Amino acid sequence: MTATATRPSPAAHEGDAGPPTAPRRSRLRELLLSRGAMFAYVFILPYVLFFTVFRIIPALYGVVLSFGRYSLAGNLRFSGLDNYIRLFQDDVFWNSLRVTATYALLAIPLSIVVSVAMAQLCNRTLRGMSFYRALFFLPVVTSPVLSGIIFIWIFSSEGPLNTGLSVFGLELGSWLQNQSLVLPALALVAAWSSFGYNMLILLAGMLAIPPDYYEAASLDGANAWQRFWRVTLPLLKPSLFFVLVLETVKSFQAFDIIYVMTGGGPAHGSYTLTFMIYDQGFGYSEFGYASAVGVVLLVITLILSLIQRRLIGRNES
Amino acid sequence: MTTPVLDDPATSRPTSAIPRRQVPASVRVRRHLIHIPLIIMGLVTLFPFLAMVSISLRPGEAVSVPDIFINPNISLSAYVEALSYSRIPRWALNTAVYSVVSVVLVLLFASMAGYAFAKKKFLGREVIFWVFIAMLMIPYQLTIIPQYLIVGQLGGLNTMWGLIVPTVANAQAMFLMRQFIQDIPDELIDAARIDGAGEFRVYWSIILPQTKPILATLGTFVFLWHWNDFLWPLVAQQSPENYVLTVGLNSLQSEAVSLATLMATAVVTFIPALLVFIFLQRYFVRGVMMSGIK
Repeated sequence: MTATATRPSPAAHEGDAGPPTAPRRSRLRELLLSRGAMFAYVFILPYVLFFTVFRIIPALYGVVLSFGRYSLAGNLRFSGLDNYIRLFQDDVFWNSLRVTATYALLAIPLSIVVSVAMAQLCNRTLRGMSFYRALFFLPVVTSPVLSGIIFIWIFSSEGPLNTGLSVFGLELGSWLQNQSLVLPALALVAAWSSFGYNMLILLAGMLAIPPDYYEAASLDGANAWQRFWRVTLPLLKPSLFFVLVLETVKSFQAFDIIYVMTGGGPAHGSYTLTFMIYDQGFGYSEFGYASAVGVVLLVITLILSLIQRRLIGRNES
Repeated sequence: MTTPVLDDPATSRPTSAIPRRQVPASVRVRRHLIHIPLIIMGLVTLFPFLAMVSISLRPGEAVSVPDIFINPNISLSAYVEALSYSRIPRWALNTAVYSVVSVVLVLLFASMAGYAFAKKKFLGREVIFWVFIAMLMIPYQLTIIPQYLIVGQLGGLNTMWGLIVPTVANAQAMFLMRQFIQDIPDELIDAARIDGAGEFRVYWSIILPQTKPILATLGTFVFLWHWNDFLWPLVAQQSPENYVLTVGLNSLQSEAVSLATLMATAVVTFIPALLVFIFLQRYFVRGVMMSGIK
C-alpha cells in the first residue's frame, strides 16, 4: 500500500493547464513531490482505488452498456441506439415512467407534510420529549425488508387497516392487489419509514429560529396558525429544501419495499424505473436494455436536481 | 436538540414572556394535552412492531385484529422454529461480518482520505474531489449492473470479500471526515511534528483521537446501512448459505413457513439493530442534525 502511490491520478493534470513558467514549475514540483504530497497520495490511494473501480468505472460502463448487447458469455456488442429505440416503443417503459411519477407525487408530499407536522409537534420542551423523538426514529433504523413484511400483513384483506375501514363500511380488499391502492400503500410505508429522520432535520432548523421572532409575531396579534405559516415555514426553507431533495432522490430510487411487498405488481402497478432496471437486468439478463433504463433515470435525476438547484438559488437571492 | 425552546408556538395563547412558575393552571393543563397527539403518533409508529411481536407469539392462530392482541394462547414455538431453521445463524454471521468489516474499512479509508483532502496540498486535490462530488449525482441503480459484472470478472460473486469490497469507498463518509478534520487546528499537527512525529504518527495519534465523536456517529450509521442493506447482497449472493439476514428473511416469504415463524424471524433479525440504536442513539441524533446543517 505504500510503494505504489507516488503517481498522481490522471485527472490531476487537467487542473494545471497554464503555461509552464519557472516559478510555476517549482511550485508544481513541490505539489507533486514534497513529502506531504507523497504522503497524501499514499493516504488517498485505497479510497481512490476502490472508488474508481466500484463507482466511477461502473457509472461509465453503465452508459456504455446502454449502447450495446451483453451476451451471457460475457461479450459486449455495440448496437447503437437499438436499446433506446426499443425502450421508447415499449409500453412497459412508459407505464413504469407513469408509475414512478405517480409514486413520487404521492410519496414526497405525504412524507414532507407528516415530517413538518411531527417536527412542529416535537418542537417544545416537555417531559418525555426525548423518548417520543427516539420512538419516532425507530422506523428509520428498521430494514425496509422487515417493514415490508409487516406492512404486507397490515395492507392484506384481513389486515388491521381493512378491519378498521370496514367499521366505516369501506371494503377495499387487499391494498397491494389493487391497481389504484398499491402506490398509496407504498407511499404510506415510505412516509412511516422516513418521517423520523426528516423530522430531526426540520427540528434542527426550527430550533435555530430565534424565539424573538415568535414573540414579535405574538405581540402583533398573530395566533399559533399564523405564526407557523408566517414565521416558522419561511425561516425553515433551507431545511425544507434539504428534506425535499432527500425525499425526491429516495422516491425515484425506491426499490427494497417494492421488491419485498409487491414485486412490481399487480399487473405492473408498482413497476417503477428502478424496479425495471432490476427486473430487466437480473430477471431477463438484458443488461444493455436495463442500462438504457438506468441512463433515463440518470437524466431524470439530473433534470430534477437542476430544477431544485435553481429553486434554491432563487430563494437565496 | 439541547437548545432550550422557551417559546411554545403551538399553544394558542402567547405564554412565552411569562416565566414558567406564573403560568396559570389552565394553560398548564392545556400544555399537557399535547401528549395526546404525541401518544397517538407514537402508537401509529409502534403498531407495526407491536403487531410483529404479537403475531410471532401466537403461532397457528387467526392472524387478524383484534385476535392477535387479545388471544391468550401465547407460545414461543415460532421462535423455536425460527431459530432451529438451520440457515438463520449462518445468515446472522454473514450479516455481522458484512457490517463489522465494512464499518472498519469505511472508517479507515474515509479518515485517511479525509485527512489528506483536508490538510495536505497535492496536485489534483480539487479535481479528484470534484469528481467524487459529481459521482454522488449518479443513481446507484445505474451502477449496480456494471458493479455486478465487474465483481463477477474478479471472481467475487457469492464470496464475502466480493460483497464487502464494492461498499468500502463511501463518499458521504469521506466528505464528513474531511469536513471535521478541517476544523482540527493546524497548530496541533505542527506541534506534534516538532516533537518528531512522522506523518503516519500524526494521523494515528492526533487526527484519529480528535475525530472520535464523528467516527462513532459514522460508524453507527454505516453499521446500520450494511445491516439493513438489501439490493447489493440480493444480486451478489446467489446461494442461500451466503445470504445476509435481509435477503434471507425475504426468501422465507416464498417458503412454506407460517406467518408467526416469519414474524419471529423478523423480530430476531431486528434485535441487533435495535440494540445498536438504543445504546448509540445520541450519535444518531447528532449525525442527522449535522447532515441537515451542512
